[in-house]
Amino acid sequence: MSGPVPREVLAGVVREHAGRLAASLVSLLGDFSAAEDLVQDAVETALRRWPVEGVPDRPDAWLFTVARRRGLDVLRRESNHRAKLARLTWPGPAPPDDRLRLIFTCCHPALSRGAQIALTLRVVCGLSVAQIAAAFIVPETTVAQRITRAKRKIGEAGIPYRVPAGEELPSRLGEVLAVIYLLFNEGYLSNTAERAQARDLVADAEWLAALLAGLMPKEPEAAGLLALIRLHRARGAARFDARGRLVLLADQDRGLWDRQAIAAATALLTCAAHTHRRPGPYQLQAAIVACHAEAATFADTDWAQILVLYDMLLHLAPSPVTRLHRAVAVRYAQGPAAALAELNALGDALERYPLFHATRAELLRDLERHEEAHRADRRALELTANPAQQALLEERLLGWD
Amino acid sequence: MKYVLMFVETERFARELQAMGELERQAAYAAVGRWFADNADKITRHTHLAPVHTATTMRLDQPEPMVTDGPYLEGKEVVSGFAEVEVADLDEALRLARTWPACPIVEIRPAS
Repeated sequence: MSGPVPREVLAGVVREHAGRLAASLVSLLGDFSAAEDLVQDAVETALRRWPVEGVPDRPDAWLFTVARRRGLDVLRRESNHRAKLARLTWPGPAPPDDRLRLIFTCCHPALSRGAQIALTLRVVCGLSVAQIAAAFIVPETTVAQRITRAKRKIGEAGIPYRVPAGEELPSRLGEVLAVIYLLFNEGYLSNTAERAQARDLVADAEWLAALLAGLMPKEPEAAGLLALIRLHRARGAARFDARGRLVLLADQDRGLWDRQAIAAATALLTCAAHTHRRPGPYQLQAAIVACHAEAATFADTDWAQILVLYDMLLHLAPSPVTRLHRAVAVRYAQGPAAALAELNALGDALERYPLFHATRAELLRDLERHEEAHRADRRALELTANPAQQALLEERLLGWD
Repeated sequence: MKYVLMFVETERFARELQAMGELERQAAYAAVGRWFADNADKITRHTHLAPVHTATTMRLDQPEPMVTDGPYLEGKEVVSGFAEVEVADLDEALRLARTWPACPIVEIRPAS
């Protein structure tokens, strides 16, 4: 291969190989931090040279050779690395499923959520510190410090490089799924025109979910999360209008939805649910989104089915935010008065949650209580930091001030 | 690796212990004894501290050492004991901590 390499292609190749390289080096060196340093160096070299020289035919071998050379340099200079590097016989990259251990180490509960996210992007997806900083709009030094501290803790606190087994697995898997879901949400909610140049975290989250689902075929929640992310992405083109403003589900042009992707994600979900018969929060959320995605028009939405799914979800994972979403389904299944009654029970828990007030405003407007609706919209606007949501609320408030 | 588990009591836990009947309290102590017996192969040392009202603190960061009554940090949570354990890694230390039958907080730190 030669010639200029598009940015996304480069990102894709790096993502495909950086995690594998990290996984094999951690196994070889028995030192997470030293392995990560070598991978970081190899990836940065690749990002510098591949745009000019083209992506090599065997990117894995190329990265491995660069890491090896760098490793030998380190060996010559630093005596404390001698013992580790002396073990290196460089037999070639480890099998791909070694990345599972890498993921579980990066998402260990003894690390803070912020560290888990930064480390997963850095080590498993091969993002540079600069890319992570840009995606979360934080200074590079903050990200670099977070990663350095996390690597130190892994080494010094004895966090093992291992996939947990037995009774530990469910909660540890939940930790990994939460990290991927947060990444997805961060990318999905901040996906506005101003951020178009930022790294597409949604793509990274989908890639991670696909990797996890592929490596853990016995865990239906991994497939559920993957289906959930794909069902959202399949409708991404209709979420913003030509001026970059948020379009609500009811107003979206469903012709822009990717029907093929929706069908494929729904099939994935159905297969996982039927094979394992172990429902979980991600499968249920995906099933709710599938109900929306399969409706030909907003009026065709099967609200009764959605209510059943919300009840199951609340049974497994009670949360005031989920109850808020359920209230929206109640509005269409039973009317705005019933939905408003549900919301009134949530006021204490969700007082600082902008969508609570925005939803309340819509219900009050349905009931022709315009003064109260206006106040609720104002409160929502005060609370939201998301520019697309702000624009939507400002538009609603026009004509009042 | 060697870790120290620091057992931390809360005011609420102390109150609950206080409110227990004699039999109930004996059962609670027996559970702690069983935990130490079950994990005897991993526990290299352990200490139970006297209640916090017996604590005395000395500060050496001033011209003259200063002695005060009470713990170094006044708070609702106090360290009530330690166990030093020898296990493979943090996950094994966490497994031990998860089965601790008494006070509600355990801090786990590597030690040398």
